[in-house]
Formats: sequence, C-alpha cells, structure tokens
Amino acid sequence: MHIIVPMKQIPDLVEELEVDSEGTDIDREYLKFVSNEYDEQALEEALLIKESTGAEITVVGLDEEDIDQTLYTAIAKGADKAVKLTGTGDGWVDTHTRADILASWLSGQSFDLILTGVQAVDDLDGQLATLLGARLGIPHAAVVVEVQPKDDKVTVRQEFSAGMAIEQEISLPAIVGIQAARQAPRYAPITRIRQAMQSGGLEEVAANTESAGSGLSIRRLYLPEKAGHAEMIDGSPEDVADKILELIRSKGLLK
Amino acid sequence: MSNDILVLAENPGGELADTTFELLGKAKELASSLGGQVIAALFGTPELAQNLGAADVVITMEHPSLAHYNPEAYEKALTKVVQERQPRLVLLATTTLGLDLAAALSVTWDAPLVSYVVGLDIEGSTIVATAQIYGGKLMAETAIEADKGICTVIAGSFSADLGKSTGSPNIEQMDPPSELDNEKISCVNLSRPEAGGIDITTADMLVSVGRGIQSEDNLEIVQELADAMGVPLSSSRPIIDQGWLPKPHQVGKSGLKVKPKVYLMFGISGAPEHLEGMRDAELIIACNTDESAPIFDVAHYGTTVDLFDLVPALVDKVQG
Ligand SMILES: Cc1cc2nc3c(=O)[nH]c(=O)nc-3n(C[C@H](O)[C@H](O)[C@H](O)COP(=O)(O)OP(=O)(O)OC[C@H]3O[C@@H](n4cnc5c(N)ncnc54)[C@H](O)[C@@H]3O)c2cc1C
Repeated sequence: MHIIVPMKQIPDLVEELEVDSEGTDIDREYLKFVSNEYDEQALEEALLIKESTGAEITVVGLDEEDIDQTLYTAIAKGADKAVKLTGTGDGWVDTHTRADILASWLSGQSFDLILTGVQAVDDLDGQLATLLGARLGIPHAAVVVEVQPKDDKVTVRQEFSAGMAIEQEISLPAIVGIQAARQAPRYAPITRIRQAMQSGGLEEVAANTESAGSGLSIRRLYLPEKAGHAEMIDGSPEDVADKILELIRSKGLLK
Repeated sequence: MSNDILVLAENPGGELADTTFELLGKAKELASSLGGQVIAALFGTPELAQNLGAADVVITMEHPSLAHYNPEAYEKALTKVVQERQPRLVLLATTTLGLDLAAALSVTWDAPLVSYVVGLDIEGSTIVATAQIYGGKLMAETAIEADKGICTVIAGSFSADLGKSTGSPNIEQMDPPSELDNEKISCVNLSRPEAGGIDITTADMLVSVGRGIQSEDNLEIVQELADAMGVPLSSSRPIIDQGWLPKPHQVGKSGLKVKPKVYLMFGISGAPEHLEGMRDAELIIACNTDESAPIFDVAHYGTTVDLFDLVPALVDKVQG
C-alpha cells in the first residue's frame, strides 16, 4: 500500500497576525510558519498504518516557508519519501489552486490512499481532502479519527456532533481528511531530524500551477470588531483569584 | 439561474440538526431580499419534512444508500438537486456533512465556496460572505460575484428562531440520481456515546482546560482545582486527542454542548469549534496569557495572568 500525505505550512497563531498594505492577505514577512496540526495527525495515522501493514509513505508539500523542516521531520518519523513542489509563489495559495497543483502531480503517481488534515486555519475556499477527492474523482471522507485498512478497502471512523460516530467502508484509492490519529503524533528526536536534513533527499519537482483558482475575491481582511470584550481582571495572581471567586459566588456557587 | 437559497437539511442521527434551522432562518431573510424561494433538501428521512416549515419547498429524496449518512451518496444526491434547481446560493453548516460535501459540490457544480462563514449580506446583486479564519483571529470579507455560490456556516452565527417558523412548504419528491448505486463508500456502523460515567452537561460549573496546560503531568493542578471546587473538569479537543482526558470531557463541536452557570477556563484560545460548545454559559471566565486570544471576545471576564500562577492561588483560597 502506498500512502501519500500532503502537508502544508500555516502561520503560527501564537504570533500576532497583521494585515498587509493591500488589506487582503496577512503580512507574511516576519511570521513564523509551522506545519498544519491536522496534517501532523494525518501523518501519524499513516505511520500507524505503516507499522501494521508495511505501507510506504510519501509526504508532499508546496515550497512554503519552512516546509523543508516539516518534510524532513516526517522522514525522521518514518516517512519513506518527501517531495517538494516548487514554483508556487510566496503568498496565500487558496485550496482550489492547491488541489489543482497536487492533482496534477498525483496524476503521475500511483497511490492507494491519501491522508491529509481535515482542515487548515486558512482554507477559506474549502478543505483540501474533499476538494482533491472531487477533483480526482475518488471517494473521500472528512473528520476521520481512525483508518483501518482491510484488503482493497479502508474502514474509517467519522465523527459527528454530540459524540456520534459512523464507520464507513471505502474502496481504494480514496482520500481521507484526518481530524485526529488513533494516538497523539509522535515526536522525532532532533538528532534524527538533523540526520534526515543532512542526508538530503528531498525530491524537488516543478509544480504545474495552472488553476482557475477559487473564484472568490477577498475584499478585506480585518481584525474582528470586538462586539463584546471580556472585562479584564488585573493584579497579582492572588488578587485575580479573589475576584474570580467573588464572581463565582455571585452565581450562588461555592458557598 | 434563480434567486433561490438552498439549504441542506442535516439529519445524520435521524433528527434535524440545530444548524439546519439557523441556516433556514438566514435563507428566509436572503431569499426575501433577493425575491427567491427557500428550498430545503432532505435526504433519506422524508418524515422530517414537516419540521421544515420555514422553507417554501422541501425536496425529498429516498434511496437505500441515503438511509444512513454516506458522503458519496449525499454528494451525488446534492449535486443532482442543485443542478436541477440552480439556486443562487447553497448553505451548509461547518459540520462533518459540510466538510464532506461543500468543497465537493464546488467542483461538481463549478461554483465558488466560502468556508467558516459567520455573516451573509446582499449588496445589490452580490452576495457578501464574511468568514472567520486563522482560528478566529481574522475576518475575511469575500464577494461571491459569480451567479451562484456555496457557503459553509459556523454554528451559532444566525438565530434559529426564524428557521423554526411553521408553514406548509411544497414537498417535492425527487428521483435519486441514476449513479446512486454501487457506491465506493458504505456506512457499516453508527454509534452513539455510551451513557454513564461523567456528565459535564448537567454540572452548574465546569473548570475547563486547554493546550496551554502543556503536558499531561501539569493536568494535575487543574484537576486539583476542580476537585477543590467540587466540579467536573472539562477540556478542549487537543487534550482529548493527546489522550490526557477521556472523550466525555470534551466541550465543543465534536464534543458536548454545555451551558453551566460558570465556565472557568484555562489556556483555551477560543477557536470557533470550542466556542460552539460553551458560548451559552451564563458566566464565562477565561485565563489566557495572550491578550489577543479570541476567547476574550466571548468571555465575560478575563485575565492574562499565567495559569501556572493563577491555578495554585485559586486552589489555596478555595481550600482556605
Ligand atoms: C471538525 C473539527 C472539530 C473540532 N471540534 C472541537 C471540539 O469539539 N472542541 C474543541 O475544543 N476543539 C475542537 N476542534 C479544534 C479547534 O479547532 C482548536 O484546535 C482547539 O479548540 C484548540 O484548543 P485549545 O484552545 O486548547 O488550544 P490552542 O488553540 O493551542 O490554545 C492554547 C491557548 O493557551 C494559551 N496559553 C498558553 N500558555 C498559557 C499559560 N501558561 N497560561 C494561560 N494561557 C496559556 C495560549 O495563549 C493559547 O491561546 C475541532 C476542529 C475541527 C477541525
């Protein structure tokens, strides 16, 4: 079984996001970019399948800020191959374009299963797993928390609200949007990541960037207007604790 | 192309989702300013059509593959409805169904899609959708200039009241698409959470913890606080995914909806999926070291004191 895991970089939300001078994208210059956490979950699920079936894993990403780090880390964790699709620009790549770029590259690959993150914080025009599934004309399912291979099928567990879950059996090839892996993503020791980087081996392929795009026009990106804002409690931890307990007691609790 | 607004009625567990009524309410408003109709598409459970009184038309479709939720069968069914009715706008919720279907419909129907929508307005003949991105840190105002479009809407963005209005919609049964056989996906099991064990939905107060707690070992301090206060400990999703707390402790979209008198939270950023589960709490008090964390737009009271200083101080005082 060959599993492909598309991964992408997103701004680290711990940092302050600023809107650029055009007002339609974030200012990317000084931002730190990190791997999309749901893609990391997808990679973990792929690694678990590899452990049980001996599947082969290829990770693929567009040439985005610090993608090398993400791809080499994936190799350090156990992915067999990493591919970087180059020439995709420095700005925001909408999901429709991303799906077209990946679909074009995938047309030359053989694979059984694609696992990727269920969503990313900037996929304004839709989620990759679904879009790519529809583009490739293969079955797809999102919000999945477990993938179990069986012959030429996988059984996936899809989550719904209020704790309901549905198991779907899907014929391969298929694409699945992973919400969470069966276990928390593993860590790769820094020495192993360095080793992977030193041995290189990232395959670089020029991307085919032909795409009709998302068809959306972003007019304006802005910080949310604070309709309401919490009343902030300042002071020492003790002062703040006193105030919080007073608030709780005002609700008739903690007598 | 019409000026109709089409809403997918969600019924994965056999009953209609709250979000369906929120969408119907907004659809009614949009359709009346555009001069179109509200159409609800309902698959597999025609008996629920009577609850969709806010729609002008309910299109039902039945087929063995639609008896339970199946992403592939639903995609084919929805594509057929949309291709036949050519609405101006299709509304889905940002739920599992929305994540499965909206982007696929954007391909099969060749229409632009806006995700994470929290606001919808009409300007002249353009539909303007406002979306919440980067975990709620930024808003994106987007114009759907094409003559058709799709939006997935975050739960709780619109009031459900208008969508619950009663009426007598025309019920039209549509034949399933001929491709609706030999699906590559089949639904093999549907499960609901087991009863028993902890129930965070009935507590008067919850202490809730998020990724700011950093490690499983640190969880001890918030557990101590919850115990001292005599209330359950709940959490955001990442704590569950790490395996640090069992699933019945999870608040949010894919967890439980809670409405306690007091929701005291530590190290939770306030992502839309978390807010969906707790925004109706009577008193929300949030501790987060990031003063721009989205949670402070929803919380009633907030503090940027470090949780590792605040929690022990609270424990001391409660234990007195
Ligand atoms: C389909 C789907 C369903 C989902 N369902 C849910 C759901 O049901 N429930 C849910 O919660 N999430 C859900 N999510 C995930 C959601 O998108 C967020 O990723 C999640 O809510 C973030 O959890 P968090 O706030 O704990 O972590 P983060 O967003 O990482 O926030 C951690 C916060 O801790 C603060 N912090 C750090 N250190 C300290 C400190 N020392 N003291 C105080 N504060 C500190 C940081 O400033 C930060 O704001 C879902 C996602 C998807 C895609």
